[in-house]
Amino acid sequence: MAELAQQPFPPGRYRLIVVGSGPGGLQLSYSLSRLGIDHAVISDDPAPGGMFRRWPVFQRMLSWTKPFTGVERHERAYERFDWNSLLADEAPNRAVMPALMDGTSYFPSRPEMQKGLESFAERTGIRVRYGTRWDSTAAGPSPAPGGGQGGGQDFILTTSDGVYRAPVLVFAVGVAQPYRPAIPGLEQVPHYGDLRPVETYKDKRIFIVGKQNSGFEIATGLLPWARQLVLASPSPTKLSVDTHTLVGVRARYVQPYEDAAVAGGVIILDATIEEVKKDGAEYRVRTRNTAGQELTMAADDVIAATGFVTPLRDLPALGVATFGQSRLPAQTPFWESATVPGIFFAGTITQGSAGLKKHGIPSNSGAVQGYRYNARVLARHLAETKFGVPATRERIDAAAVVPYLLEQVSKGPELWHQRAYLARVINLDHDTGITNEGIVPLQYFLDAGGDDAVAATLESNGQGNPYPVVYVRKDGSVGEHALAPDPLLDFTGRDYHDELRGVLEPVLSGAGSPA
Amino acid sequence: MAVRDDVVNTIAAFSLFADLTGPQLEEVAHLFDESFFGQGERVLRQGVSGSGFYIILEGTAGIRVDNVDRSVLKAGDYFGEISSLLGEVPVSDIVAETALRCLVLPATQLEGFLTKHPRIMYRLLQGEARKLKNTTKWLS
Repeated sequence: MAELAQQPFPPGRYRLIVVGSGPGGLQLSYSLSRLGIDHAVISDDPAPGGMFRRWPVFQRMLSWTKPFTGVERHERAYERFDWNSLLADEAPNRAVMPALMDGTSYFPSRPEMQKGLESFAERTGIRVRYGTRWDSTAAGPSPAPGGGQGGGQDFILTTSDGVYRAPVLVFAVGVAQPYRPAIPGLEQVPHYGDLRPVETYKDKRIFIVGKQNSGFEIATGLLPWARQLVLASPSPTKLSVDTHTLVGVRARYVQPYEDAAVAGGVIILDATIEEVKKDGAEYRVRTRNTAGQELTMAADDVIAATGFVTPLRDLPALGVATFGQSRLPAQTPFWESATVPGIFFAGTITQGSAGLKKHGIPSNSGAVQGYRYNARVLARHLAETKFGVPATRERIDAAAVVPYLLEQVSKGPELWHQRAYLARVINLDHDTGITNEGIVPLQYFLDAGGDDAVAATLESNGQGNPYPVVYVRKDGSVGEHALAPDPLLDFTGRDYHDELRGVLEPVLSGAGSPA
Repeated sequence: MAVRDDVVNTIAAFSLFADLTGPQLEEVAHLFDESFFGQGERVLRQGVSGSGFYIILEGTAGIRVDNVDRSVLKAGDYFGEISSLLGEVPVSDIVAETALRCLVLPATQLEGFLTKHPRIMYRLLQGEARKLKNTTKWLS
């Protein structure tokens, strides 16, 4: 009880409550604090880290932190190479991860990742009320001035520690609730997270339902143990090295694919799973391919690597619309529920704000390297729209706009990690002059309208190197201008200057300094 | 964004997929992604590249050209096929009139999808023929 008494944020009313203490919740809390925004953070977990306190099951991250890059680790440009550290304004708290890694891999181990998140939280003074489980949600009139009859609304969170109220909630609770499709018999087999110690699979025939990263991660880990591995799902496997994106099985887990391709002990099937049946000591798995052919296979173990859903509890009953297999909440470009204003999301759930998905390529909002930037943009958005704290918008000379934007598309980590999703925006207001608007969701820039402005992104079409794209808004209409890719990924050369200057000339010439 | 497991039952009733067997419907459902758009949100943007082929699962969407509303699409209807087939930018906005749930396939994958599923290609052609007929009627 003494420990509980020392915990911050006892039950009560707050202006903003963040639920969750994984990387998404930590990044948002950090960014809110640096903007001076009072808020409470509650978490069911005993300490920082979220799902990285348990997973990945084979204890190594999928995303890299490259130690040596030619860029100082405290520089912003280093973030492009470090996919796992959270973002800090102050140099000593940046790039926490590379200093913790033991040098055996450029993929941090899970314990290193956990340590990195704990270190970030400790060093930056993030306060969380741990061991507080969010149980249910309701809405009611706000007791604050202007609330109640005046139309203000609070959300009411019932938790294991008591009742909390706030007009604005942010859920950063991950997408880690096991999901099983409605396949007869699949409910009796273990899910990804229930994997037994690997040695218990020694010389066994393993049938893995699912051919995404979690399925291939398990297959990779069991290669030295299993006698036979079968991976099956209806659609063919995609590989990230083919899609040039994070869509598909990542390179770290491709080994079972090669094993199947050269006819080893791995079988990869494109087939629906019709039924999983226990038959004595073994399972019988009945599959059917698109030609209608049935195939029944015997297995000693079946594992459901069938994905995860978002643990939204009763939010759908409150009106939060969800979509897709993961039951992600549908969101606006600023990660607010598309159907219940005042409820926001952070962390991997922000992949529910899909953006443009140009050429079918999703954002990286599902992973730390993408959603850490979403959290920083969200903190600023909440500060401006819910707390009346305007962000600083620095002036920029007309002559500096072209080199600045080319520098950003060459080195700006937000643009590299969130392609065609987050944009660097320069306002070209005729009255106030040219100002740096900062990082803005591209969808918002395209759809919200406004004064003359330019947005720069880095984009990919899944077929080669990324390339810069500039969107110019003039007199309410937006034009799109793609620049050529560069084999060395450097867009600061003379040709780029000349081309971009030509594109921006019509808007820059009209946006002089204010009188 | 993998699709929800009720999608197979939903698309089984759509004319575009009328000729498919159960496993074929399931394969199609897994090839597409699922997207959700709030009321008033733009789905396709006139003049912006990189879009795709959309099939409406739930809700309605408006076709808007140069900010003028032209027509309404409903569940089972599809859009984006013209820009996808021609490799050009859309010539209209598509705007969610209600909450809108769609299946979506990137434009670059439409050719491979249609040539692998000739019966869907035929049904799509029928749909395009109907659109052409209606446009001709309207023009005359």
